Amino acid sequence: MRYIDDSVVMKRMKTRLNKNKSWKALFLTGTLFALLCLVILLVRIVTQGIGYLDWDFITSFASRSPERAGIKAALIGSIYMMCIIAPVSMILGVSTAIYLEEYAKKNKINDFIRMNISNLAGVPSIVFGLLGLTIFVRALALGKSLLAAGFTMSLLILPVIIVAAQEAIRAVPKEQREASYGMGATKWQTITRVVLPAAIPGILTGSILALSRAIGETAPLVVIGIPVILRFLPDSLLSEFTALPMQIYDWAKRPQEEFLYVASAGIIILMLFLVIMNSIAIFIRNKFSKRY
Amino acid sequence: MKKWKYLTMTAVVGSALFLAACGSNEAGEKETDTNKGTETNTGSETTNNEVAQLTGSVSGDGSSTVAPITEALVEIYEEEQPEVRVSSGVSGTGGGFEKFIAGETDFSNASRPIKDEEKAKLAEAGIDYTEFLLAYDGLTVVINPENTWATELTVEQLQQIWVEDGTTKKWSDIDPSWPAEEILFYSPGTDSGTYDYFDEVILDGADLVKSAELSEDDNVLVTGVAGDKNAIGFFGYAYYLENTDKLTAVKVNGVEPNSETIEKGEYSPLSRPLFVYAKNSALKDNEAFYNFMEFTLKNAGDMAGEVGYVRLPDAMYEEGLKTLEGLK
Repeated sequence: MRYIDDSVVMKRMKTRLNKNKSWKALFLTGTLFALLCLVILLVRIVTQGIGYLDWDFITSFASRSPERAGIKAALIGSIYMMCIIAPVSMILGVSTAIYLEEYAKKNKINDFIRMNISNLAGVPSIVFGLLGLTIFVRALALGKSLLAAGFTMSLLILPVIIVAAQEAIRAVPKEQREASYGMGATKWQTITRVVLPAAIPGILTGSILALSRAIGETAPLVVIGIPVILRFLPDSLLSEFTALPMQIYDWAKRPQEEFLYVASAGIIILMLFLVIMNSIAIFIRNKFSKRY
Repeated sequence: MKKWKYLTMTAVVGSALFLAACGSNEAGEKETDTNKGTETNTGSETTNNEVAQLTGSVSGDGSSTVAPITEALVEIYEEEQPEVRVSSGVSGTGGGFEKFIAGETDFSNASRPIKDEEKAKLAEAGIDYTEFLLAYDGLTVVINPENTWATELTVEQLQQIWVEDGTTKKWSDIDPSWPAEEILFYSPGTDSGTYDYFDEVILDGADLVKSAELSEDDNVLVTGVAGDKNAIGFFGYAYYLENTDKLTAVKVNGVEPNSETIEKGEYSPLSRPLFVYAKNSALKDNEAFYNFMEFTLKNAGDMAGEVGYVRLPDAMYEEGLKTLEGLK
């Protein structure tokens, strides 16, 4: 007995193939549209900004004349801020994830904590700015400093890092853990020598995305009150500073049209900064994913 | 196990390199900074006879309208006092006062006089302050160049146009001979001193039209008005000056805004002063701040002209300097 009637299948084959084609076309258009937008954006920014982009632009401070304006203070400020955000957010984030995945018992309180962390990832950045202003700038009296801004930004990206690290740790096969226990390893040994190395690529992917977000965020810095007009570099953790997105925003608002081009040059620098940061992280990640 | 060691090592070496990169950067910058300092010291003898080199820091915040003047001042001040670290934010007049009240800043830029409630809060916080004038700005009402009918408006007409009365406004509502097309409004955001000033002199406390598009970025207003025949907007004179080919400035009560009419006060009531509010205690205790304020009052006129505003009569700067001296 035949369960499949060939003639019916053949009759439907054409529509099915067409359906397949149309879906494929739709998804392709989606991808191309996103790419096209990106290309337009990049071309526009690069053509506008390239004229102002030279070594002087990187090594001089902002100025009232667009020709002499440079991005030194903002670039160095952003690098320093990254030096604070990366260790603080990653150490706190990964520790939290290890606790939640490996140690925490499955009970209502821990479920509540997990749910809240996921929710925090969706809180608008300006709210974190207000939190930073209240706690770090005012209550802890850190002022409008590198440290206050770095902590605020770390808080902002912490939920994203925690969630990513949790997923990565959860994805480590149970068999590997059990094999480790079977060999007589303690819990801590299993975590540091089996689970974490296997989870590193996933943790890094999440962290890269989160750190990229921190470097481009403006709203929390505006709320904290980070200055834009300054002609000195931070000399301590409590020193005032400015950051790339702040400087770009300030230029884009100026009446003189030339400052728009200077802002574009600033955006190019910001993008290069991001690309370099991401490449380093991807390089480290690939090193480890090869080993497992 | 070896792999794990490898990871730790990569991380350690990586972060060491990263930090080293930051460190060498800083060293490099400092070097160039001192170079700049010595260069300008030899160059600026004509303008200044040997001033004592001060150290210290000064911090301010406030109006984005005043910010270009502050930026220019900070830039040339560096040549005179390279060791004084001056910084200023651009949170808008209202935002600046909030920080001033919280005691976080030494000076606050404002594009409108301080409000009573702000005064009260400062008194409550125990902060004494002094008001100084920096320059004039002509708040400019602009229309699209294709708009040929509303090139001259009276203050009453402006009020009629901008006050919310519950109806959809057409140009013909203001003058029957004008086209019966809907007016599009563009206004600076409510936290800006520009908005507050307009509110005070034109709206007289009434509400701004609800359909107005508000933006903290004046370039958005420029683009908006330049893009539609029926649009009207207002902002600082500097933004008009940079876009004279795209916009027409409305003559208010028959007077066109330009540096002359603004300085003489003929462009009334929209010609407005720009202020800086200084904390008295900081003037007394912080020598660098006093020096910076003195420098500000001496050079604000030139810098204002350079960035698109109008200088005050010299006598007013003199007066400011005299007031400042009394606070030392």
